[in-house]
Amino acid sequence: MSALLDVRNLRIEFPTRRGVLTAIDDVSFAIGPGEVLGVVGESGAGKSLTGAAIIGLLEPPGRIAAGEILLDGARIDDLTDEAMRRVRGRRIGAIFQDPLAALDPLYSIGSQLVETIRTHLPMGEAAARARAIELLQEVGIPAAARRVDHYPHQFSGGMRQRVVIALALAANPQLIVADEPTTALDVSIQAQIITLLRRLCRDHGTAVMLITHDMGVIAETADRVAVMYAGRIVEIGPVADVIRAPKHPYTIGLMGSIPSVVEDRDRLVQIEGSMPRLTAIPSGCPFHPRCNRAFERCVRERPELLDAGTSLAACWLHAPEAA
Amino acid sequence: MTHMGAEGPPRGANSAPAGGSEATKPRAWGDHHTLLEVSHATKVFDVSLPWLTRALGRQPRLLLHAVHDVSFSIRRGETLGLVGESGCGKSTVARLVVGLYRLSAGTITYEGRNIGALASGRAPRTLRRKLQMIFQDPYASLNPRWRVADIVAEPIRAQRLVRGRRAIDARVDALLSQVGLAAADGQKYPHQFSGGQRQRISIARALASEPDFLACDEPTSALDVSVQAQVLNLMRDLQRELGLTYLFISHNLAVVHHVADRVGVMYLGRIVEIADKGTLFRHPQHPYTRMLLDAIPDLGMTGKQRIPVAGEVPNPLSPPSGCAFHPRCPFANERCRREVPRLLESPDTAARGAHDRVACHAVEERRLGSETSFRAAKSRL
Repeated sequence: MSALLDVRNLRIEFPTRRGVLTAIDDVSFAIGPGEVLGVVGESGAGKSLTGAAIIGLLEPPGRIAAGEILLDGARIDDLTDEAMRRVRGRRIGAIFQDPLAALDPLYSIGSQLVETIRTHLPMGEAAARARAIELLQEVGIPAAARRVDHYPHQFSGGMRQRVVIALALAANPQLIVADEPTTALDVSIQAQIITLLRRLCRDHGTAVMLITHDMGVIAETADRVAVMYAGRIVEIGPVADVIRAPKHPYTIGLMGSIPSVVEDRDRLVQIEGSMPRLTAIPSGCPFHPRCNRAFERCVRERPELLDAGTSLAACWLHAPEAA
Repeated sequence: MTHMGAEGPPRGANSAPAGGSEATKPRAWGDHHTLLEVSHATKVFDVSLPWLTRALGRQPRLLLHAVHDVSFSIRRGETLGLVGESGCGKSTVARLVVGLYRLSAGTITYEGRNIGALASGRAPRTLRRKLQMIFQDPYASLNPRWRVADIVAEPIRAQRLVRGRRAIDARVDALLSQVGLAAADGQKYPHQFSGGQRQRISIARALASEPDFLACDEPTSALDVSVQAQVLNLMRDLQRELGLTYLFISHNLAVVHHVADRVGVMYLGRIVEIADKGTLFRHPQHPYTRMLLDAIPDLGMTGKQRIPVAGEVPNPLSPPSGCAFHPRCPFANERCRREVPRLLESPDTAARGAHDRVACHAVEERRLGSETSFRAAKSRL
């Protein structure tokens, strides 16, 4: 498979006074052209950090300590800041949770769009403005020709997120990294934004790395899903298989803990304890202290992603000799 | 826990305020089981600019109707869920009920006694401590400089529920273990706990007052799903053990479906539909309720294509005329633009003997068809 984005054995570390903390450990995955990969996990799983590393916005002192990130076969993790700035926006677009933080309050959205377009594409002022209006229309902003001169505070939360999507799409990137794009929005607006994102990416053939804690959003949007826990991918596979028949005990627990609007359940499945802190990641499989199926090998030895039918799961239950 | 002695006076005294016609009067079904009754509650906030700025700019006063003519009742041991999008007034309702805000109009009675005056401090302490609240953000609602044991002991000391240091310590230990924490955790500070554990501390503090009623304002919204499951399970266990009554506020319909017995849906300060959980989720009446249910991401992936409803919640400072939902509603007509619909017993459910209520002209006039015609109408938008 010729992957558009290929992340290989990524390791992200934070040097601290008390030693080096490993936040992301040996994470590998690939996204094909036009594919939507969902990345789910609870807070502290490392999903946003992985996204930040891909778009080259890892906050120091965090650093990529090992592994590589390839876009269209060429490494982008070792680029200079200047070169990375050209990749970001032109070839990789980014959408963040808080649309207000992603927009400059002092400039009209039109001038922000024009600036982005002209930074990345050879266009004159007038052509860029025309494209800006076109983009705003495409993301469903009514009266785009008039709204283009408005400032971010004049837009509602849902409309702002549409503007951010327009900014991300401005230079027709091959990949969009969307980090919790709907989390700050109300449910009815959430549905609008997800539908929009899915439609635009299908129309433009853009691949998406969709980072979220919301399994429902993943279920509706993604082709494949990677489940992260304590800085590692514990399960990755086609979205229908992971949701209907999860293979890793963590994914099984996670799916059971989500309340449903259809089913009546007396109690939710409960995973005891909480995500380990970076300073105290357990030996072997990091999930073993919370796992009800852990055995001796889980404490001792760390499982790699193993074949578990259609998906891969980092769990010794799926070791060939256990079967 | 014996409340029977406190059972209220005849209900007629407080259930028919001026202007409340027979139809909008909250029905006091099963009177002696009703623990809390809110009738025609209204909360207006003055959000005007400072006087001088207003005078210079010749700007009028700005009044925000956060809660508008809201009526409902909660039976003892029941959980009423309130859902709605940001700014719909659901949190204000919770704060009115526990007395953190003072009512602008309407009444709230608890065991038949008027507690609308709670915020003014005139209500007796014993009554006030029966209603407690849990907040969304467990990081902001615990004093970072106090040890957990002191946080939990404060209401016990303030209300002199238990006397003597040793007895208080024992009570705190019991409360901590009741919410799944260790007695030794009492000596730690809030920052040493995770979000879920902090919410457990908030619950222990609320339980310290020995309440019968808890208003829970988005208690799990700041938590991860697996931690949310722990807290929701704990709340259910406590409800059974202690016979608690909950008012559960959330924007998450799945969470409300899990915890609630009955559900009220709010839009721009008003309840637009209130019904038993099963009815509301399986046979929603109001177009807004249908839209909300339709907007839930589908985990079952039954391949249903969502049709997101156009538009957004209008500015509550200048709500639309008539039915506040009419600009987004596929069924709106002239009457909807003109006349505010009242919360009426819906024609279909009244026949079945249920007391579900819905505020919609289209439902009342039976203009609203089946689920399929609803979807068809919506997709034409």
